[in-house]
Amino acid sequence: MAKITLENLAHSYSPAPKGPEDYALKELNHDWQDGAAYALLGSSGCGKSTLLNIISGLLIPSQGRILFDGVDVTRAPTAERNIAQVFQFPVVYDTMTVRDNLAFPLRNRGRPEAYVAERVAEIAAMIGMEHMLDRKARGLTADAKQKISLGRGMVRKDVNALLFDEPLTVIDPHMKWELRTQLKKLHHDFGHTMIYVTHDQTEALTFADKVVVMYDGRVVQIGTPEELFDRPEHTFVGYFIGSPGMNLLPAKIDGAQALVPGGTTPLAGTYGAVQGNVQIGVRPEHVRLSAHEGLPVTIRRIEDVGRHRIIRADLMGHDLNIIAPEDMGVGADMTRAVFDPSRINVYADDWRVAAA
Amino acid sequence: MEKTVNHKAWFLVLPVLVLVAFSAVIPLMTVVNYAFQDTFGNNVFFWNGLGWFEDLLASDRMWNALGRQLAFSGIILAIEIPLGVFVALNMPKRGVWASVVLVLMSLPLLIPWNVVGTIWQIFGRVDIGLLGYTLNSMGISYNYTQNPVHAWATVVVMDVWHWTSLVALLAYAGLQSIPDAYYQAARIDQASRWKVFRYIELPKMMGVLMIAILLRFMDSFMIYTEPFVVTGGGPGNATTFLSIDLVKMALGQFDLGPAAAFSLMYFLVILLISWVFYTVMTNLDKRG
Amino acid sequence: MQSRTRLNGSTVVITLYLLFLMLPIYWLINMSLKTNSEITGTFSLWPQTLTLRNYVVILTDPSWYMGYVNSLIYVVLNTVISVAVALPAAYAFSRYHFMGDKHLFFWLLTNRMAPPAVFALPFFQLYSSVGLFDTHIAVALAHCLFNVPLAVWILEGFMRGVPKEIDETAYIDGYSFPRFFVRIFMPLISSGIGVAAFFCFMFSWVELLLSRTLTSVAAKPIAATMTRTQGASGVDWGVLAAAGVLTIVPGALVIYFVRNYIAKGFALGRV
Repeated sequence: MAKITLENLAHSYSPAPKGPEDYALKELNHDWQDGAAYALLGSSGCGKSTLLNIISGLLIPSQGRILFDGVDVTRAPTAERNIAQVFQFPVVYDTMTVRDNLAFPLRNRGRPEAYVAERVAEIAAMIGMEHMLDRKARGLTADAKQKISLGRGMVRKDVNALLFDEPLTVIDPHMKWELRTQLKKLHHDFGHTMIYVTHDQTEALTFADKVVVMYDGRVVQIGTPEELFDRPEHTFVGYFIGSPGMNLLPAKIDGAQALVPGGTTPLAGTYGAVQGNVQIGVRPEHVRLSAHEGLPVTIRRIEDVGRHRIIRADLMGHDLNIIAPEDMGVGADMTRAVFDPSRINVYADDWRVAAA
Repeated sequence: MEKTVNHKAWFLVLPVLVLVAFSAVIPLMTVVNYAFQDTFGNNVFFWNGLGWFEDLLASDRMWNALGRQLAFSGIILAIEIPLGVFVALNMPKRGVWASVVLVLMSLPLLIPWNVVGTIWQIFGRVDIGLLGYTLNSMGISYNYTQNPVHAWATVVVMDVWHWTSLVALLAYAGLQSIPDAYYQAARIDQASRWKVFRYIELPKMMGVLMIAILLRFMDSFMIYTEPFVVTGGGPGNATTFLSIDLVKMALGQFDLGPAAAFSLMYFLVILLISWVFYTVMTNLDKRG
Repeated sequence: MQSRTRLNGSTVVITLYLLFLMLPIYWLINMSLKTNSEITGTFSLWPQTLTLRNYVVILTDPSWYMGYVNSLIYVVLNTVISVAVALPAAYAFSRYHFMGDKHLFFWLLTNRMAPPAVFALPFFQLYSSVGLFDTHIAVALAHCLFNVPLAVWILEGFMRGVPKEIDETAYIDGYSFPRFFVRIFMPLISSGIGVAAFFCFMFSWVELLLSRTLTSVAAKPIAATMTRTQGASGVDWGVLAAAGVLTIVPGALVIYFVRNYIAKGFALGRV
């Protein structure tokens, strides 16, 4: 287990990058704390796999350094980094038995056979495959194969980090839940540094202590799930996390209130002059329909998703989503929407501005 | 894929059936006809039963040719399959160099078989051939027209030259289908080069290698043109393989009866060995 | 570092292998550009007196160059026939169960295993009796013996990779079977058709035993014409070599055009 430090790291797939748009991964400084579980969240093509491959040593970055516990490993081959990685699609050695698959990383490092047998038994119990240790890996279901990959990643106790590259893509939904819970438990029990790449916010938020959100080759926010939900540092985080995502409205800030299409709405703090493309963001959970106060809206559609209702409304030509409790009646007189002032975030050029 | 039962599909197969019946069944019936009859000339035939078969089985001629044939097929399989796999493992994966290698490697496959024979006949000659001349000036008295061992070596090297690329290309296609993640996982697991080959590359190549072995076995068992051009079956009968012997018998001596009986047994041997190969290899494949 | 050493090792292996493949061909080309006196008189690694005489002999004498034309005619005929009849059959095998389908498929493949030597004489008699001896079509049909099974086998592999839902959607959209097959299905497996055609071309082009047995003058293939160089005054080595070089050209052209599909094609859609 180790602390992983990224120093001025950046990567471009083109040999002679001309500008920032040529970089798949823009300059980045970050410490991955020893023993923490991180999720790397972003839509496809945002650079998260590039970052993961740089950490695992499959890619050498075009600039910057990677340190494992202070030791520079930027150019060290994968095998020397002592990490484990689980891939998107199950990688198992088809012709070997499940037992040999699990033992493979240990045997390659010349561990004594007694120790190997002990570890394999432990891991098999952990992933619930004790009863099929002597089966050939060929012909197993995708779930079972992916469990073997997870087990192979976990079988070495001394790994510096465990990396997961969207490992649950091929798994059935109900198994996803189970495997994720197991991973969480493993992290709790053994305290490996874990980095989990995904584009699924539920996976990221339930798995990780800290979520790293990436957008367009840049890390836009690192925080706990609560922080991401309450104070998205970038409009992308607000939009990407939450279902539906944060409402964004063009605004003009005037001290403690915001001028938005259709009127003004009070803010919790006072802001100085905010320049650039100014928007306010408020989550659908923090918007309430009302008959006589707030901004004028027209309701276009109501979706009942079981636990609550999502109201799709229109505010002077801008989309506005509202989450309303299941038992609330929506009458014809509900033509206004109220924002919770303490939950409104102000953005200038997509980045959050703090109150003065 | 789930297939539906549809007997009308026979109509789609019909053209193939008619064509193959014309080009295979009718000629085969002629062969069967000759195999069981004898003639005094003038197209008068009488029933000879199993006579030709008994004669053939009792004479050494076919057994010797069969022995040489099995030895030849065995040797070239033992060389071409490992060599082809080795070449495939070293082929570049992408880029212009990869295209160049592919084109150059495929070249021998599209040379008419008698030209292949001619190329090697010239190449091996001691007076005008690069190979023969070089060997002799190095003090090795090489002469494939007189020395049976040299004749064999020439014919085997020629076949390796001609066909190893086919095995290599098939194996290469198998290798290309392995996702990068497997190699990455192997690096993370610290697998040695040998283990990467044994547990990742070889299992993925098994399917195409089976095709390669079957094709090479069948084609080497039927080989005629190339050795015929180079050695004419000699010196003596040293390189007289089954097809060469058969053509000598049928078209050279016009011994239609024995030749036909020979043909049938020849065909059956190929079917039998191919079937054994196929069964053994599919079982191996299943057991992993 | 490590990968660089391996790359070098691989390059050496491949270079050696290519050298092994190219040397005999180089020697043939070398000889085709020499005069006969130089070939038999001196031993030289490259032509001392460069001459194109050998090529001129071939390209100006119809009895020589017609050999190439004959070969190309029956090869193309065979490729067209083989692929055309194999297409519907492969479709049937890939999509339907029908009476005796498995046996039929295996029986077809056994024809690929039949030694041409076995069939040489019966073919000769069969085609003589129906008056097809010494025609291009006779050779084309004879080569169907091994090319049709191969084409069926290759195409079946590619067709299995096309989801059946495509057929069903097309029928629902009101396509008739022939229209669906030509307009929708064939474009989908065009690479498979290409591969099958390539293999048919290859095996028909390189075969000699049957094509020589079934022809005498009018349809005589180039491969058989080459035996003419053994005249009364010994072998005309230069012309023989030039004829050999010219037989490599069509194959080389075909390979050049399909170079980007070679690797995938050789897996026959089965990887």
